Amino acid sequence: MSKDERGRAARRGQPYLDEPEAKPFWAACREHKLTAQRCSSCKKIFGFPPQARCPHCLSTEHEWVTLSGKGTVYSQIAYHRAWHPAYQDKTPYNVSLVDLQEGGRLVTNVIGCSPEEVKIGMPVEVVFEDFPEYTLPKFRPLK
Amino acid sequence: MGSISGKYCIVGIGETAVGKRPDATTNSLHLEAINACLDDAAVKNSQVDGLLTNQPLNDSHRSYAVKLAHMAGIDPLYATDLALGGATPIAMVQHAAMAIDAGLARTVVCVHARKRSTADATPGHPIRRGDEHWEEPWGHFAAAGGHAFAASRHMHEFGTKSEDLAKIAISTRKHATLNRNATMRKPITLEDHQNSRMIVAPLRLLDCSLESDGGGAVLVTSAERARDFPKKPIAILGMGQHHPHFSLLDAPTLTTLGGKKSSEVAYKMSGLTPNDMNFAQVYDCFTITTLITLEDYGFCKKGEGKDFVKNGRITIGGQLPVNTHGGLLSQAHLEGQLHITEAVKQLRGNEVEAERQVANARVGIVSGHGGSLAMHATLILGAV
Repeated sequence: MSKDERGRAARRGQPYLDEPEAKPFWAACREHKLTAQRCSSCKKIFGFPPQARCPHCLSTEHEWVTLSGKGTVYSQIAYHRAWHPAYQDKTPYNVSLVDLQEGGRLVTNVIGCSPEEVKIGMPVEVVFEDFPEYTLPKFRPLK
Repeated sequence: MGSISGKYCIVGIGETAVGKRPDATTNSLHLEAINACLDDAAVKNSQVDGLLTNQPLNDSHRSYAVKLAHMAGIDPLYATDLALGGATPIAMVQHAAMAIDAGLARTVVCVHARKRSTADATPGHPIRRGDEHWEEPWGHFAAAGGHAFAASRHMHEFGTKSEDLAKIAISTRKHATLNRNATMRKPITLEDHQNSRMIVAPLRLLDCSLESDGGGAVLVTSAERARDFPKKPIAILGMGQHHPHFSLLDAPTLTTLGGKKSSEVAYKMSGLTPNDMNFAQVYDCFTITTLITLEDYGFCKKGEGKDFVKNGRITIGGQLPVNTHGGLLSQAHLEGQLHITEAVKQLRGNEVEAERQVANARVGIVSGHGGSLAMHATLILGAV
């Protein structure tokens, strides 16, 4: 991890694509599928980030399931300051916590509307944004 | 096993000058704080046998506590780094009491310093937060963002407004204007708050704490031994912790945090209630943190924080003076280390500027809060 001018941890701004537990998630995103781990024992969704054992019952057995991609905004904010050079000309931009219909929550962006139009409780659906090396799940207001 | 309440005391405190300290390093600020603390307690380093500290954010170590102990001429029978973000300074005092109670040490110094305002050329390796790779790809980089999520949700659930948060910023600043060792000493108005630039909506610049250089330390020993020290001992009456989630992704709620259960444990241990508190030094990395903590600590009902902070109630002279030193918002952000030293000074009496002394201060509560609104620790302190 490198440091910025005051010696703070530099902002990566990118996912760790090779983290073993998370590899299937990022691979599915590449195919525009939103997936999560479901415990084979207690049948609950693990939530995120992915991990080796079920956070509810500690079982090692799970399957990756494709989610509906629908969710609800739990909270929303608008960044007016850029902490990373990539966002210098993008402010203000929305960041939301989206609770997924089947369980689990993501930090994500609600796009396709202005930050002021994003409201808590708003139903949203997944939309994928492709970058050269990875694909991010984002959300748009559900029509 | 009997209660630990009242068996251990803070017998020394140290604070460095805060703000911009280009002359200092992270290491030198820790040593300066330890030295000030030992001077206050009138003890030599050779009489201290335990040390607790926090890992420097920009210079992580395998054991910073052991390194620092030997830098300070302390041969520790007990030493460790604690890692609870902004809840660490309070947790250090808790662990000091527990270590002494367990017979591992007799006199433990708890120290925290940081250098975030001016550059530190000391080589080092930054600590990772642990959840950044599930936040940063979507442009969520800052503590201001995490707390803006809580503010946004609190506003949605309870109708709290930016103008309510301003009350906290204005009162805290007023206290800083009375503190000679505070960074921001110019009073602010509601208009200043509302005109300050948006950082992460709904939080504005004046909802955010400072980036500071400085350090602080406290010395803990048994109530029995405390009588041998020159300053009035301040007893640890209650303590608690709760860490209800790690990241924003697994937070059951952002409007009730660890402070609820943490304070319940501390109140029970001390046999005291919110009504007994003469002041509160509440972790204030952002104004919303203070508002939520006042609710979680039972000073008002959940959602009623916006009314509680009105009409001077949280200002010196009011019902519950909050952050009488100026807090992280206006004095300095040393992760709450100075919330503890300030509480001790208020309870000793005659140690702060007369205008900001809480009259007849006998008992106070102190909160620490860290990570993605994840970690929480509480101390209840009292004059013996």
